[in-house]
Amino acid sequence: MERVLLPAALARLFPGAPRQVDLEATSVAQAIAGLEARWPGMADRICDSTPAIRRHLRIFVDGEPATLHAPLRPGAEMLVMTAMSGG
Amino acid sequence: MAARILLLVGTKKGAFILESDAARAEWSLRGPFCETWPVNHIIADPATGRLHAGGGNEWFGPAVWTSPDLGASWTHSSQGLAYEAGETPIKTVWSLSVAHGVLHAGVEPAGLFRSTDGGQRFTHVNGLRDHPSRPEWQPGGGGLILHGLLPHPSDPAQFWVAISTGGVFHTADGGQSWAPRNRGTRQDYAPEDQRYPEHGQCVHCLVMAPGEPELLYQQNHCGMYRSADGGRSWTSIEQGLPSSFGFPAATHPRDPGTLFLLPLNGDQAGRYMPDAKAAVWRTRDGGTTWQALRDGLPQQDAFFGVLRQAMATDRLERAGVYFGTSGGELYASADEGESWRCIARHLPTISSVETLVLED
Repeated sequence: MERVLLPAALARLFPGAPRQVDLEATSVAQAIAGLEARWPGMADRICDSTPAIRRHLRIFVDGEPATLHAPLRPGAEMLVMTAMSGG
Repeated sequence: MAARILLLVGTKKGAFILESDAARAEWSLRGPFCETWPVNHIIADPATGRLHAGGGNEWFGPAVWTSPDLGASWTHSSQGLAYEAGETPIKTVWSLSVAHGVLHAGVEPAGLFRSTDGGQRFTHVNGLRDHPSRPEWQPGGGGLILHGLLPHPSDPAQFWVAISTGGVFHTADGGQSWAPRNRGTRQDYAPEDQRYPEHGQCVHCLVMAPGEPELLYQQNHCGMYRSADGGRSWTSIEQGLPSSFGFPAATHPRDPGTLFLLPLNGDQAGRYMPDAKAAVWRTRDGGTTWQALRDGLPQQDAFFGVLRQAMATDRLERAGVYFGTSGGELYASADEGESWRCIARHLPTISSVETLVLED
């Protein structure tokens, strides 16, 4: 089981969504698909149509900057952060 | 007799709603809504009672927010509000319009989307994207935006859009094909012999006269214009105005010859009220003559601007006129512009103002 940590400003957009989500995924893209399955529309908030992680968001996997294609090891922690540049 | 009137105000930090009764003497304020996202335009669908707010957040992208209960609760969606993979993604929603059961959204970079389910899912109107002039559209100061949406009141197949800077385009077949409608509008930012091109003009605001779908007015970056033939040809009506530059225009709810404008002092002069004295300019004869309306507006140190969607009228008798400023002040007139009051101040920069009248 992998763990996804969401920024408060994102979780607030989806009533009932917690800041911490445990799900099974082997990549960042798969984790985002898992979020979309639980809260339809969340993938659009994290990714643009390029497709890419939105310009003013950042994702870290186990503390390292990650792209959509980055793998998740079993038990990985994926942190979604709002970037200073977008605030 | 109207029981309630709502002012729908889009700002850089969320949407707000002001409410009054038919007398329009006292106003209450609610908001901010939409999680304080920048809201470029908030409108009401009189047929459903829903509110729709279009905007975009730097972190989370574009969305259309919808409220089924006059602002008490909101949902958001951007399903289908996207270009093809690899194209520049949509940054924000700029303008909304609803008619004939279809909600249209104009976006940045310039494009047109439509929703037939009340803003839950959108589809791209490909015909406009495929217009051969599209590669030549250039971003203005506000970006490459589709900000003007004019549905025909009785013919769902007809629609006009305004693009900065691309100009005005019209479709007669529901969006499959489009024709530029800019003849007679000036492009001062071009060599002298190229100032009246087929497209590329910087239209700032496009409005339609009540009951006369072929009678259009536009405030342009370079002049003020009127068209009596649905935009096929335009005539300058800027004589008598203090400036050829401004953003918003608002029509009267019943009189096709009455129009309200807010000219600014000039595109290279600061873009604030001429001589720092605020005035709404009104014509009663389709732009032949103009009258400055100043009673109650600041006549000293008025260094604010008013954005393209930030002026509106209501349909009461006498018509109300409203505008919001870049400094977050909202001014209201309950007598067609004869006198004015500031009904809200200290709001964020105001992007749009619309009205909704609710009957008993």
